[in-house]
Order: sequence, then structure tokens, then C-alpha cells
Amino acid sequence: MKETVNNTTVLKIKELKKSFGDNHVLNGFSMDLYEGENLVVMGKSGSGKSVMIKCLVGLINPDSGYIEITGNDISKLKQQELNSLRTEIGFLFQGSALYDSMTVAENLKFPLRRLTITASEKDALVLETLESVGLKTAMNLMPSELSGGMKRRVALARALILKPKIIIYDEPTTGLDPITAKEIILLMKEIQNKYKTSSLIITHDIDCARVISNRMILLIDGVNYAEGTFKELSSAKDKKIQAFFK
Amino acid sequence: MAISPKIVQNLQYFLIEIGELTNFSGQFFRELFTKPFEWKELLRQCYNMGNRSLLLVSVTGFILGLVFTLQSRPTLMEFGAESWMPSMVSISIVREIGPVIIALICAGKISSGIGAELGSMRVTEQIDAMEVSGTNPFKYLVVTRIMAATLMLPILIIFGDFIALIGSALIENLKADVSFLLYFTRVFNALEFSDIIPATVKSFFFGFVIGLVGCFKGYNCEKGTVGVGEASNSAVVYASMLLFVIDFIAVFISDIFFEI
Repeated sequence: MKETVNNTTVLKIKELKKSFGDNHVLNGFSMDLYEGENLVVMGKSGSGKSVMIKCLVGLINPDSGYIEITGNDISKLKQQELNSLRTEIGFLFQGSALYDSMTVAENLKFPLRRLTITASEKDALVLETLESVGLKTAMNLMPSELSGGMKRRVALARALILKPKIIIYDEPTTGLDPITAKEIILLMKEIQNKYKTSSLIITHDIDCARVISNRMILLIDGVNYAEGTFKELSSAKDKKIQAFFK
Repeated sequence: MAISPKIVQNLQYFLIEIGELTNFSGQFFRELFTKPFEWKELLRQCYNMGNRSLLLVSVTGFILGLVFTLQSRPTLMEFGAESWMPSMVSISIVREIGPVIIALICAGKISSGIGAELGSMRVTEQIDAMEVSGTNPFKYLVVTRIMAATLMLPILIIFGDFIALIGSALIENLKADVSFLLYFTRVFNALEFSDIIPATVKSFFFGFVIGLVGCFKGYNCEKGTVGVGEASNSAVVYASMLLFVIDFIAVFISDIFFEI
């Protein structure tokens, strides 16, 4: 997969800081995500990984720092411009975050509401995307009728439906059994190959990182403590780094 | 006299809550008049709130009419004034009892429902997912629900009042052999625009408050599933309290304009 990565930056973070009261979660975190790359950010629970990605999509306002997505400084965007930029980013939530009151198909159609395409084109797009995650038959089911793995697949389909340039995965395998987790990891890889997206994956699942990452960042104490490929980091001597690979 | 720190803290909390609710309603009015409008979702919410509250409002209204008439009869009979029953019942129900009781019932059903629904959407990140997909969740979830409650409450109240009058007419028919035609003729003779207009106008405000408080509590829900319960519960309490405040203000203003 590495050969598909080029040096165009699609996402850039510089010196990102965020505190909640006296709790300094991010202390100057910086990173770049390149086109076609699968970048894994690992960190312990509570290390600020989720806060960082929520700052990225504008769900949380950072205290300071610079965020650029596909060349746009998000702090300078108006709400409508930010909403439009958000359609270029797919986001897979940790708990899937499917809309309870809607069927699987309606969940997938929701991001398409503002597109000026016909209803039949929307249906075709929903079908195609569901097919790519192997859930064509679940179209009319409600989220409450799906298993954890199926929910994650539908959430992934919803994140993909607008054919985003970047997909952000927040703990994609958390809460899944090892077999389903493996299936999701392989699906992520398959999707990356098919849609040629750049992926930012937040996880503490070492298997996920090993299989999918082109590059990794270890987030410790609110900063990027170490950076490199899985092989480089797993063979590092530093105890803090080693703790992730034990 | 020293004021207990607990009282000061509660007062502060109350004032902060009022400030946040005011901000929230300010945001509602700003979003209400900006495009795009979520007509489809508004219609869906109107249908949900109206249709799903009909049975409850009907049963409440009917029993209200029955009980009110049954309990008033002995007193009116003592003064030989049973013939005043339709006018007394209709004026009381249309002006005050109907709107307040039905609004309280709707506060219990609609406000708590909105609080629980939006609260659970908040804690399961569904609202965040909506925002990330480029949809304004405030406009889609909050504006539509508040508008639906504002539009549906007057209809539910008018419907509930009518059912209450049917209940009352039934008792009059059974106890005093008054025909339905005679009963409703007396009702319409007794009612004036000064009874109906202020009651209808205030029912729009009741609906607004029920929707606003439910959305405010649910949309700002925190603390996981415990927070959802709290949001639902406090939505009913706050909405009920505010209904009485609005009712008092409405009666006060009606008194100036219509000399009730």
C-alpha cells in the first residue's frame, strides 16, 4: 500500500493545545497526513486522541494551534464553508453513532440530503456503498436489529457514501470480538484500496496498527512522543514506546 | 442575616440555567429565519407530536369534562342554577382549565420525550455524527421540534377542549336530560371571542415552552445514560413551572385588553 502514498499533505496540525480546566489534554500536538496514507495515532485511554480528532472536524474548539484540511485553515472558515468541507471527511465514530430512528438505508441517505441528485441515484449510491461493506441485505433493518460488527460496517458505509478524501476512524475495533475486529481491519484496508482515501486511525489496538498503518504516531502526555513505521517503533528501545508493543 | 452558601449556590445555578435557556432560545430565533429550512422534518415532527398525543389528550379532556360537570352540579343545584352549567363549564374549560391541563399533560409527554430522545442522541454521539456529515443539528433537531410543538399545542388544546365539552354534555344528558343540541347551543351562546382568542394565543406560548425546554435539556445532556434520565425529568419539571408563569402573565395581559 505504501507505493500509493505521495507527499501532498491533506491534513496538517500544528502545535494543537486543548485543556479542560486544569487538565491539559493536548500540549502542542502536531502531525501531517499525506494523500493515500494510513496514519495510525496510538495512545493510552484519556491521552487526548479523541479530543484531537474532534478538534479536527470542528466538534471541539482548540485553545490554540493550527488545523489545515485539504488546504483550508479551519479556524477561518464560516459555518457553511466548514459544513461543506466536512463532506470531504468521513468519520467513523467509536460507538458507530447510527441514527436510531432511521433504517440502515435512511442512515446512509442522510449525508446525501443536500446533494442535487435524483432519488433513484441516491438509492443506487446507497446500494453500491452497502455492497462495498458486504451489507446489501441489511438495507431495511433498524440499527437496533444489527450486531456490533454490522453497526460498525454500516457506520463505515455512511462515512464513505460521499466519497470523502479523508476518513477518520475513532477506535474502529473497540468493543468488537477479535474475529469481527479482524474483519473490520481487512475491510478498512479493502476500502482504502478501492476509494484511494487518506486515513487517520485512532486506536490502541496493536493488531489494527500493524496491519493497516503506513506510519504511526504515539501520543503521550498530549504531544507526539514518537513517529515512524510500525517496524521502527516496535523495535525502539524507549520504555514508553515499548509499553505499547508488549 | 447570613445567607446559606447552599442557597447562594442554588440561586447561581438557577440564574446560569436561565441565562443558558435565553441564549438557546436566541439561537432558535436566529436559526429559524436562515436557510435551508427543514420542512420535511418539521412535518414529521408535527405528525409525531400531534397524532401520538391525540389519544392522551382525548382521554384527559373527556374525563376533565365529566368530572368537572359532576362535581359542579350539586353546588349549582343548591342555587337552582343548573341551567348555567353549559356556560360555566365552557368558559372555565376554554379560558383556563383546558389549556393548562392539556399543556401540562403535553409537557409530561412531549417535553420529556424530546429531552430523552435528544439526550440519548447526544450521549451516543448521533448529534456529533450529524454535525460531521455537514448537517446543522440545531436546525434539524431543535428548530423543527420547537416549531412543531408551537404549532401542534393550540390544535391539541382546541381538540381537548371540545372533547371535554362532549364529556360535560354527556353528563348533562344523563343527569338532567339536556339534549346535546341544547347543551352546545348554550355553550356557543356563552362563549365570546374574548374567551377564545387569549386562550388560543397563550397555547402557542405553551407549545413553544414545551418544545424549547425539552430541546434545551436534551441537546445539552451530559453524564451518559444518567444524564438522559435527568434531562427527561428536568424537562417536565421546568416546562410545567414555566407553563404556570406564562399562564399568569397571559391572564394578566388578557385582563388589561379584554377585562375578563
